[in-house]
Amino acid sequence: MRYVIIGIGPAGMAAADAIREIDEKSELVMITSEEVAGYSKPLITYFLGGKVDEKRMFYRFPWCFEEKNISVMTGTEIVQVDPNEKRVISKRGEEIPYDKLLIATGGSPFVPKIEGVEKEGVFTFTQWKDSKMVASYIVENNVAKAVVLGGGLIGLKTTEALLELGLKVSVVELADRILATTFDKKASQIMTRALQSRGCEVYTDDTVVQVKGKRKVSKVLLKSGREIKTKLLIIAVGVRPNVGFLEGSGIEVNRGVIVNERMETNVENVFAAGDCAEFRDPSTGESTNIAIWPVAFAEGEVAGYNMAGRPVKYQGGVPMNSVELAGLATISVGFTNVEDNGVEILKYFKEEENVYRKLVLKDGRLIGAVFVGDIDRAGIYTGLILQKVDVSSFKNDLLREDFGLVYLPKEYRKKLMEGELKVWLE
Amino acid sequence: MKKKKILVKEEYCIGCRLCEIYCVTAHSESKNLIKVFRYELGEVAPTVIVEEKEYTTFAVQCRHCEKASCVQACITGAMHRDNGTGAIYVDQEKCVGCWMCIMVCPYGVIKRGVNKKKVASKCDLCVDREMPACVENCPNEALVLTEVGES
Repeated sequence: MRYVIIGIGPAGMAAADAIREIDEKSELVMITSEEVAGYSKPLITYFLGGKVDEKRMFYRFPWCFEEKNISVMTGTEIVQVDPNEKRVISKRGEEIPYDKLLIATGGSPFVPKIEGVEKEGVFTFTQWKDSKMVASYIVENNVAKAVVLGGGLIGLKTTEALLELGLKVSVVELADRILATTFDKKASQIMTRALQSRGCEVYTDDTVVQVKGKRKVSKVLLKSGREIKTKLLIIAVGVRPNVGFLEGSGIEVNRGVIVNERMETNVENVFAAGDCAEFRDPSTGESTNIAIWPVAFAEGEVAGYNMAGRPVKYQGGVPMNSVELAGLATISVGFTNVEDNGVEILKYFKEEENVYRKLVLKDGRLIGAVFVGDIDRAGIYTGLILQKVDVSSFKNDLLREDFGLVYLPKEYRKKLMEGELKVWLE
Repeated sequence: MKKKKILVKEEYCIGCRLCEIYCVTAHSESKNLIKVFRYELGEVAPTVIVEEKEYTTFAVQCRHCEKASCVQACITGAMHRDNGTGAIYVDQEKCVGCWMCIMVCPYGVIKRGVNKKKVASKCDLCVDREMPACVENCPNEALVLTEVGES
């Protein structure tokens, strides 16, 4: 048996561990187009801000792959998957045979068509090398002011790092608010104020239409007509599943690679997991591409077990994010922006402390939760969401300051305490 | 592997909070109850949580889950299982305080650290001690230590 995993992010690493849990002997090859393997992508903004050094970037040190008898191929971009011959082909022309293949290639940054976007000083920000390049560009060019296009999580974490380095930053967001896809309006508003209080400018309903300068960026022109002088433009408008190389392979791709509850694609012996995968829920027929670390990890694990012959099913997840920005911890879980008739909203807001909590209920069940400032015990709510617990009997206790396990139905609590609840896997 | 596990017996808990007090003390600099409460309270906090509602009380701390959501969600690798003890620990050097673990722990037993270090804080099963401090000092056997798994 020969396992091949393309991509060394959380999905790939979790899959490798799951495979090794069952099968210590078979050949296992992990391939990445990047020059470094085993580092953690979400840490690249921390690296830029100087909060994490080289050594702490490693989720898994290079020698840990060796210890687990895993061969790693870095700097190897896969350009073709050939299921008929059971092999993948790299850009350099290497042919790598597999018996079981996992596609865990994550996402690629999306770059909108902007006049002058090819100029020096324009960067996307999804890999460690981007972080290193931006850091040296700032030093070499004495950059004191940056523009970040995109007010999502990557954009704002990058903004925070740049503020940390002492730069002035302007965030430009196309939607009417920052964090529009991950947080609700109120949370966006609180975060906007927190960023502004640190000297960051936030422009919404706007975008960059032109990058000006000779060879290097000197200013950007916004749709609104505003011009901002800057030597650095970070483009963080989103990532898309990195699946272009699968064209012609016969592997079914929608937005991401379509997988079932065992993370199998439509092609035998080919699995997919993580940000590049789109999970089709067999009970609803709907498919989702939730590009977050915990989902990637869980899907990777499910894929790994199934590749190694242990039948395991993925239960499906919900979007969730935790991020600390401008000193404010915030967590958003599930569906927090729904406002249709069948939905009940519970919330409280303590303005002076920047504390905000909101819960979204539907049909007696919790489907979403937002926490700003006070995130203590947020996971209890996540548990209720994932387990689809009927909360109607203790609905009025949900926002109590001392809310905890003691307010949960005894049955659920008992199951929890005895460790019988299965999260993610079945 | 045999693994230590603390059982929570809510029917025996009298809500005395001695577990909290001894947890703080065990994780303090001085390990001295009086000194802790006088000089160290801003520095250390209990990792066991006592919950109360009417006549129900119990203490709960990290369950060191078999499939641990916090380990899965950790972006740094700080939250990890020790292969020797089977327990889950936070590597405080690695943790960056992203609070993904707080977001996913269904028990709500991971906290933000108090001593200005922005790292996750949770029960470590009192690694340095034979018996976890909370269990040892529970007067009514509402916290009990057992061993699970194969030897």
